[in-house]
Amino acid sequence: MKFRDEYRDPTAARHLAAAIAGTVTKPWTLMEVCGGQTHAIVRFGIDELLPKMVTLVHGPGCPVCVTPLEYIDKAIEIAGHSEVILCSYGDMLRVPGSSGDLLSAKALGGDIRIVYSPLDALVIARAQPSREVVFFAVGFETTAPANAMAAYHAKREGITNFSMLVSHVLVPPAMRSILASPDNRIHGFLAAGHVCTIMGYEEYEPIAVQYRVPIVVTGFEPLDILEGIYLCVLQLEAGRAIVENQYSRSVRRDGNRQAKAVMREVFRVIPRRWRGIGDIAESGLGLAEAYADFDAERRFGPVRTAVDEQGVCISGNVLRGRSKPTDCPAFGTRCTPEQPLGVTMVSSEGTCAAYYRYRSANAGSGN
Amino acid sequence: MARLLDAVIRPAFADPELERRHDGAQLDISGPIAFTTDSYVVRPLVFPGGDIGTLAVNGTVNDLAMCGARPLYLSVSFILEEGLSIGLLRRVVTSMRTAAANAGVRMVTGDTKVVDRGKADGIFINTAGIGHILSPAPIGPACVRAGDVVILSGDIGRHGVAVMAAREGFGFETVVESDCAPLAGVVLDLIESDIAVHCLRDLTRGGLASAMVEIAETAGLSIALDETAIPVREDVSAACELLGLDPFHVANEGRFIACIASKDASRAIDILRQHEVAGAAAVIGKVGDGPAGQVSCRGALGISRVIDMLNGEQLPRIC
Repeated sequence: MKFRDEYRDPTAARHLAAAIAGTVTKPWTLMEVCGGQTHAIVRFGIDELLPKMVTLVHGPGCPVCVTPLEYIDKAIEIAGHSEVILCSYGDMLRVPGSSGDLLSAKALGGDIRIVYSPLDALVIARAQPSREVVFFAVGFETTAPANAMAAYHAKREGITNFSMLVSHVLVPPAMRSILASPDNRIHGFLAAGHVCTIMGYEEYEPIAVQYRVPIVVTGFEPLDILEGIYLCVLQLEAGRAIVENQYSRSVRRDGNRQAKAVMREVFRVIPRRWRGIGDIAESGLGLAEAYADFDAERRFGPVRTAVDEQGVCISGNVLRGRSKPTDCPAFGTRCTPEQPLGVTMVSSEGTCAAYYRYRSANAGSGN
Repeated sequence: MARLLDAVIRPAFADPELERRHDGAQLDISGPIAFTTDSYVVRPLVFPGGDIGTLAVNGTVNDLAMCGARPLYLSVSFILEEGLSIGLLRRVVTSMRTAAANAGVRMVTGDTKVVDRGKADGIFINTAGIGHILSPAPIGPACVRAGDVVILSGDIGRHGVAVMAAREGFGFETVVESDCAPLAGVVLDLIESDIAVHCLRDLTRGGLASAMVEIAETAGLSIALDETAIPVREDVSAACELLGLDPFHVANEGRFIACIASKDASRAIDILRQHEVAGAAAVIGKVGDGPAGQVSCRGALGISRVIDMLNGEQLPRIC
């Protein structure tokens, strides 16, 4: 497939892996931020091409994983209203709340529909004015502009039967939170290429300076990731710490201005609780005051903070890059994608699910 | 109702058994038979490359073929939702007639029920089929042996993507057509050519991955696949990338895998490639005596990953 196979070329991959091996003189730990990158690393076995001195740890960038428990509970509660059509991205449906997930709520008769774009939810709202259409707006900066557009159009068109349950999160505050932690062991980041396609990478420059950490904006194909690692390792070995852009075919320094403008129009920055991680200041987006009429929490009551799941699950540490899925005693035995104990096992972008799917549960590594 | 049967359904199928208007078909069958049934629910009812009628015939015909049997007779049972357009029903039964003729199978008994609007989704169809087993040796997952090769009959993922694109109205630049096709002809050609076929499996729901894992688990053996040998059409690949789907998990309706003795591999490929439905047949892997049930796949970068069954529905990814 054009524009994809070029980035999966085995010869070029081996050259990059050799270049990385030829550069590294000290042990380095790098974190890829995005769940899509984690998925590609595990699927293609990119970590197995790397020298032992380079360790990849997986970051918090799985949008369904970090959506707080109480928002899932609220979505299920809202879907229980007979007049409601709850629209959601597909992979949110299997994420467990405190008791059950949206798929079970659907099986119990809730009108819950998978949409591919939030604008599809708006189409449903226009077509069915007697129903209340609620869109479950989650995700990072990648999905925020499209979600913002839905509210923007609803306001312009005066659509009154549409609202959004918003639980958006932002990447840079999460990176700061990881770096500020006393037990931080991350030397360099591969920043999420698609988030930066929207936001650009200016906002990462102060992070690189403040924490003296190289940040390489990186794509999602094997050669992107290997090149991102190579650029990061080159910086570390040279004692440099700047933001570099490996994913230049998609990312500009100032990002997508129109997308950012609609986000600014519709959303405001708020504190947000991350599932498995906890509260992070100014790390989320909520609806701006001018769009408060479209806030599902105003129509169906506010989300009440729930207590995160306890027990054996180590998804919080996995999301912060402190543990690997295979460190968990329940991995692949009591916890599987069919019966997940924690969110990182649910989404295809969740680190545990990626390990489960592509690696032997016993060995934790490809054969 | 009687008018519906007389005007649309019975003439389309035009089988002497149906014309006898008896309570059931009376058939004369001898020798070992394969017997299977499946119900068909698909949305939309019509999609590029076929419709629910094509599926309902080919699906059951293919299940018989996977038993090493020549499909002989089908039963057809319709559940129709009130308000269904007669034009659409006519199209579906015509597709069934054509598919049955192509597969050389007769539709000899049937039933039609109409339910209130909202109690069904347009048309539901159940077909059951009987076939005459031609394979001299048993065929099934338990017959697979370490050392067998795994042959795939062609590119994967087309049916699932075709249906999803039609249902969701994605408007891709190219139209992906379902691969829906009868497989009995090609399978029987293998058997009649004395190829040592140990297991056959059509790659419907759950796709290639689920079929391979089920076979490995039942056989108590391991299977190693080579991803670079598995054909996926460019438009299917692009759609899967876009939607976050894995072509290994996407449904097919005209593809199968065969586990056969390795000595027969090249002869089997030659036979398969003479048939249009298996023109791109290729050896994609090998059965081994590794951990029971483990299916691995060597990817483009030369590193193996584990292949897992599809868990529930494939859900499109968020971003």
